[in-house]
Amino acid sequence: MSFQPVKFYQTGTFTVGNRLLPPEQRSVQSQEKRYNSINSGHRACQGCGEALGARYAIDAAMEATNGRLICANATGCLEVFSTPYPETSWQMPWIHSVFGNTAAVATGIAAALKVKRQQGERRNIRVVAQGGDGGTTDIGFGCLSGMFERNDDVLYICYDNGGYMNTGIQRSSATPPAARTATTMAVGPEPGNVFGQGKFLPAIAMAHEIPYVATATVADLRDLEAKVRRAMEFQGARYIHILVPCPLGWGTASHDTIRIARLAKETGVFPVFEAEHGEVKSVLAIRRQLPVEEYLRPQKRYAHLFGKTPQVEVIARLQALADRNIRKYGLLEGN
Amino acid sequence: MDKPFAITLDPGSSLANKTGSWRTFRPVYVDRLPPCNAACPAGENIQAWLFHAESGDYEKAWRSLTENNPLPAIMGRVCYHPCQGGCNRQFVDSSVGINAVERFLGDEALKRGWAFEKPAKSSGKRVLVVGAGPSGLSAAYHLARLGHTVEIHEAGPLAGGMMRFGIPKYRLPRDVIEAEVQRILDLGVKLKPNTKIANIADAMKAGKFDAAFLAVGAHIGKRAFIPAADATRIVDAVSVLRSMEGEEKPMLGRRVVVYGGGNTALDVARTAKRMGAEEAIIVYRRTREKAPAHDSEIEEALQEGIMVKWLSTIKQADEGEITIEKMALDDSGFPQPTGEFEKLAADSVVLALGQDVDLGLLEGVPGLEVKDGVVQVGPNMMTGHEGVFAGGDMVPSERTVTVAVGHGKKAARHIDAWLAGETYAPPPKHEVATFDKLNTWYYSEAPHQVRPVLDIIRRQSTFEEVVQGLDEGNAQFEARRCLSCGNCFECDNCYGVCPDNAVIKLGPGKRFQFNFDYCKGCGVCATECPCGAIKMVPEET
Repeated sequence: MSFQPVKFYQTGTFTVGNRLLPPEQRSVQSQEKRYNSINSGHRACQGCGEALGARYAIDAAMEATNGRLICANATGCLEVFSTPYPETSWQMPWIHSVFGNTAAVATGIAAALKVKRQQGERRNIRVVAQGGDGGTTDIGFGCLSGMFERNDDVLYICYDNGGYMNTGIQRSSATPPAARTATTMAVGPEPGNVFGQGKFLPAIAMAHEIPYVATATVADLRDLEAKVRRAMEFQGARYIHILVPCPLGWGTASHDTIRIARLAKETGVFPVFEAEHGEVKSVLAIRRQLPVEEYLRPQKRYAHLFGKTPQVEVIARLQALADRNIRKYGLLEGN
Repeated sequence: MDKPFAITLDPGSSLANKTGSWRTFRPVYVDRLPPCNAACPAGENIQAWLFHAESGDYEKAWRSLTENNPLPAIMGRVCYHPCQGGCNRQFVDSSVGINAVERFLGDEALKRGWAFEKPAKSSGKRVLVVGAGPSGLSAAYHLARLGHTVEIHEAGPLAGGMMRFGIPKYRLPRDVIEAEVQRILDLGVKLKPNTKIANIADAMKAGKFDAAFLAVGAHIGKRAFIPAADATRIVDAVSVLRSMEGEEKPMLGRRVVVYGGGNTALDVARTAKRMGAEEAIIVYRRTREKAPAHDSEIEEALQEGIMVKWLSTIKQADEGEITIEKMALDDSGFPQPTGEFEKLAADSVVLALGQDVDLGLLEGVPGLEVKDGVVQVGPNMMTGHEGVFAGGDMVPSERTVTVAVGHGKKAARHIDAWLAGETYAPPPKHEVATFDKLNTWYYSEAPHQVRPVLDIIRRQSTFEEVVQGLDEGNAQFEARRCLSCGNCFECDNCYGVCPDNAVIKLGPGKRFQFNFDYCKGCGVCATECPCGAIKMVPEET
């Protein structure tokens, strides 16, 4: 586990705040005067997981760096809904890159800061790059892999909502099997996205043996904040992959965003762990294990699995993938 | 034009974009009625006082508790805690031990000497309370805090009523009664013991009282006809328990049979055992499930070696022996004789068949209605006679200490309004915070803290208190098991989970506020509120 949980104070560390905890043990998000790096008025959909995940992560990074942070942002939902010219929701130095080169832009900023430090800049200004799964796992993958192998001093955060939601919900290499998207329609003998394709980028990042790789969801704030804080303790390339449900693309109720993320973790569909230099160091264990069906059923992108004749075999294959995650990462072992 | 190349507009903030206009549903903070509060016959605001106990502010917790009930140390021992039957935590693991925390707060108050705040000013009105049992004491307390001058006239030598003369010491030590009564008297309430009122109208006139609250209780043991030989010793349970308070303890013999299935029957049997009886047998005509006694008391009695003959009636009592007949329940659940008999050795038979009210003081009071041996009162606790109110065991009720305390409070509020020429209208009750309104994911695993119990040998031979109290550590732990159903406990979840920063945190103790300029109405806050204190309502079009 990435942080020391409070075992019992009514809600322990499960809730955002906890009035019984000493202030220094409370989350960044519970502070009355938090950074609110991404401010109100953005045009994200109701219940957007990405808007929430971005505030959780960037606020935590701002806290860890005392506000000395520059952000490079790939094209995608996050950029479009936060910064339609001339307005922006970002309350920090923030630059919009094209879809595929955010990692390279961040590398450049980090290089410039290095030069400035050599010229006498005393402040320790850090760099974060962020993008969606399309800009990270597909289009920006080359730049990102380069940033990893050069071990540039950048924290790259990927907000994974499993598709190109901004342009109309097309498949990405992070779209899970069987999910319906505009380009993987629920038709034919194998409806939805195919099995056996796509990639799990955290594992690829670990293969680069960079200092720090972690996954998180918007359902576990304390874990997410601790991972961002930990990431900022390292110099060099770091990668955090955050699962952010998309009510529009997944076909879920806007109020269920956090619940769905929690179900992804509790069913084992999405493993939550952290790794240093290519080795897994800790996992966030499943608290109350559930069958994958609980996670799939509320999502319309899986509706074809629950039609007149439920696709029992497909559900079983998805369960097998979850079970493999549970085995592989030891998700049922004690905290 | 000193803008950089190709820039024509100043960078603006997205705050210009009022996304609140997208909303079709709006979140609203609500205070729902926690099921514990809804179930409490004394109308305690349990969730509110647990909230203060959670943070370790026991005095504030006690002050919040005593706004409704002035006897927490007593109630923390003898209340049958219907609150715990309502508690939503029972569906997570097990109910919060509310009763144990109440007792801890009550004992803490006595230890620290916390006193009630005196009323700011006097109303100049005089109220007579008849009977110093739980109902009378509760009414006196509330009336005194409302600024009225209160006199309690008690027929017995000491205050406490059935709490003293009906509940044995091993459940309620007498120093606890003394201390909690004294605290009410310190408020300025005058207690006149050994003052039996012969006629209420005369007493009110003589003492220039503006109103009266009658709470004389029910303490005349009901009799049943049992053919008996002259030498058989048949006594009633109430007199046995009452004489336990005097110098001369009752002589019950080595083998005692108690007839009845209520709490009083168990109290007598357990008392007999402690007095040295080798056998204490309860005879009851129905089954354990149908017995009016509370299950926890039956369980404790069985642990102490009390024997019970369920489905049995006493047919005849002879010297040193009684005859009982076995019963069987018919289709309607009523016991019917089977013609099968059995003999039991018995030195005495104690009748615990319920109690009647001594209505002597009401003779000649016009308008008063008595039905089924109890005084009839309206919804405002007033009898048919203007200005005379009644409560506790002498009116139709469940006859527990808690119900009596609740009656006292309710009557006090109506008396206060009546004295001012007004009608008391209780505030409308909030919707109950049922389990489906909660998101219990957020609560930590926390096992119930069990109160220590005296070892069995001492329970069979002494009158030491059977159930012990929690210490500060586990009392606070227990308080923190509260889910705070329906009432914000400032966990910051709504503030944290809003994707639009549309929740404003107002600071400790001040809760939160929605910023409807930006709230899109997604409802994440309502879904993720652990305690069900946010409700989504449709926007008006």
